[in-house]
Amino acid sequence: MTIQFNDESFRDDYSFHNSERALKRFPFPFHEDSYMYSVNMEQHRGGPADSVYEMRFDVDEHYVSEMKDRAIVLDQDPLRCQSLPHMTLAGWDLLELIMVSKSEDYPDLFELHRDGDHWRWINRPLGIDDSFTFLDETTLPYGPMEYITRQAQGDFAVLDQRDDMLWMDAGMVTTQADWSLDFDIGMNFFEWHAPVPKAHEMGIFVRALKFLLNIQQGAPARRLNWTMTVNPLLDTSPENYHKWGIQKTTLTPENIGRKQHLRVELQTFYRLPRSNALVFPIRCYLCAFEDLTAVPKWGRRLHRVVRDLPVELATYKGFIDNRPLMLDYLSQFDDGLPTSSGIWPDRESEPPLQK
Amino acid sequence: MSGAEKLRVRVSEITPINALVTRFRFERCDDKELPTFSGGAHTVVEMQDDGVTRLNPYSLMSDPYDQSSYTISVRRDDTGRGGSLFMHQRVKAGDEMTISYPVNLFSLDLRARKHLFIAGGIGITPFLAQIHQLERFNSQWELHYACRGKSLGSYADELTSRHPNQTHIYFDDQSQTIDLPHLLEGQPLGTHVYVCGPKGMIDWVRNTASAQGWPQDNIHYEEFVSPQPGKPFEVKLSVSNKTIQVGEHESLLEAMEREGVDAPYLCRGGACGQCETAVIGYDGKFIHRDHWLEPQEHKSGQKIMPCVSRFEGKTLVLDR
Repeated sequence: MTIQFNDESFRDDYSFHNSERALKRFPFPFHEDSYMYSVNMEQHRGGPADSVYEMRFDVDEHYVSEMKDRAIVLDQDPLRCQSLPHMTLAGWDLLELIMVSKSEDYPDLFELHRDGDHWRWINRPLGIDDSFTFLDETTLPYGPMEYITRQAQGDFAVLDQRDDMLWMDAGMVTTQADWSLDFDIGMNFFEWHAPVPKAHEMGIFVRALKFLLNIQQGAPARRLNWTMTVNPLLDTSPENYHKWGIQKTTLTPENIGRKQHLRVELQTFYRLPRSNALVFPIRCYLCAFEDLTAVPKWGRRLHRVVRDLPVELATYKGFIDNRPLMLDYLSQFDDGLPTSSGIWPDRESEPPLQK
Repeated sequence: MSGAEKLRVRVSEITPINALVTRFRFERCDDKELPTFSGGAHTVVEMQDDGVTRLNPYSLMSDPYDQSSYTISVRRDDTGRGGSLFMHQRVKAGDEMTISYPVNLFSLDLRARKHLFIAGGIGITPFLAQIHQLERFNSQWELHYACRGKSLGSYADELTSRHPNQTHIYFDDQSQTIDLPHLLEGQPLGTHVYVCGPKGMIDWVRNTASAQGWPQDNIHYEEFVSPQPGKPFEVKLSVSNKTIQVGEHESLLEAMEREGVDAPYLCRGGACGQCETAVIGYDGKFIHRDHWLEPQEHKSGQKIMPCVSRFEGKTLVLDR
């Protein structure tokens, strides 16, 4: 199916919007009417047609505008992209993985032609046609990781694996839920997860690390994570908190449906073959409350999840102050009817709102 | 499903290297390219040996960037349980086999300023792939390779002629030995040492380097043990609600697989930790042979690695 790319912004006038098709494929993250952490991993091998799970690296209507937003962030703060010297090979691994995947999954948008180490890469949506020598950095305008992640939606954490531990040794991070690559660079798995409440006591990270260390070539995995964002901001970084944090105080009963967004991360995990490193793409999807609540099942469930979330989690996710306002708004869309299990909208089988 | 992803391959070439070692070349049955890998990776080869499925890990020795074929070298073990004998005696060129995707438990540390390799016997194989990888990036490395004698020194001649300045060969039958303390002392800061060979050699290198104050993170070793035969024993598997018999010549992991119990694994050599299993109850003694559990865990009677460890006694109940 051809993709019509939006011309939209994630800052200033916030012209970001989801089409009906984008709403239909939005990765709603709650499979039941409540939420608690779990190591909710599954294999990443496709999914229903036109769902965000279908392709290895999902390309959607926001692609071109997201890449423009990334270029603005990098222009203002080059430290959003860093790669320690030993991670260059992992960068080539990532370039190869994305180019091969996208050219196979979206042949009308991307082409890769390989003759030994002589490669030609065509990216039609961004108007790129570059020839270069694989594994020779001097033939690309940026390092391999930066080059390819300027052309791929979502953040990328590239983790070195040494001594039964993962290390945050490279990444491209411009669309993050309030964490900083520049702060975390060089840290190990437990260090960069230290701020997360409750999960340590639950032993989540010990189990998650064990799982990740054993992700093997040819067997990628995925999970969903979520938070809340006021205004459709991709760049909710600690570096720019002074710009976006204040916007959380602008919510009113009148504008909340439009301004308040559910922010969902599709996190995938791939073993990189040449370097034995692990790449952790974190793809961000935004959806306004007013769009979400147009789906009866999602409206009912979102109200129940936000209402019943433990205080620590609502605080960590940064919406504890706005929760009463959110609940006033969301309660309009909860008629108390039961919901079907699973994340899919089930529009045909779920009853319309009964109030 | 347990273990890594699988690949169907055809044995395209069998090359005797010397009296004990034979090299096997695999190409994909569908003629597609094989995945690239990182030096130090192994593949698990499935063997259908008269109704018994054997799964043995072998280091990939070919150039990791050559996607046309993989090669492994198998040393014949006349007193082993039969995997290497099957490869030597039963596998013919043209046969189709199943192997796993590459899995690396002996990766290069790419931060190293220099890579110092110490190999004993067939332990040379992972280094062959790592040398290919490092040569591609003009990285600094040096190899010290001990073998029994000229006639059994697999790939010693090739290495010497291709990399005369980096390769140092030691023949036991000529009483040549690695002057390890001197070798380690002379290394520049930022060197990582890697050892693969018999257990005695691994311990020797680890202990000597530690005694000289080398950081633990700079010492790397790969030691796969193969399961050893032993007295048959009975195991109760509480999750699957089965009581199974482990035969003299099979491992506990193999017995579980034979009975259709899906148990996780990767290396099948006591190194990776995947098959770690909790013990619910026992009356008898464990024969622990893995390198994964800590000594106090071995003593605790609470865990076992079924790929290589055994049990002798009356009852054993596992959480599987």
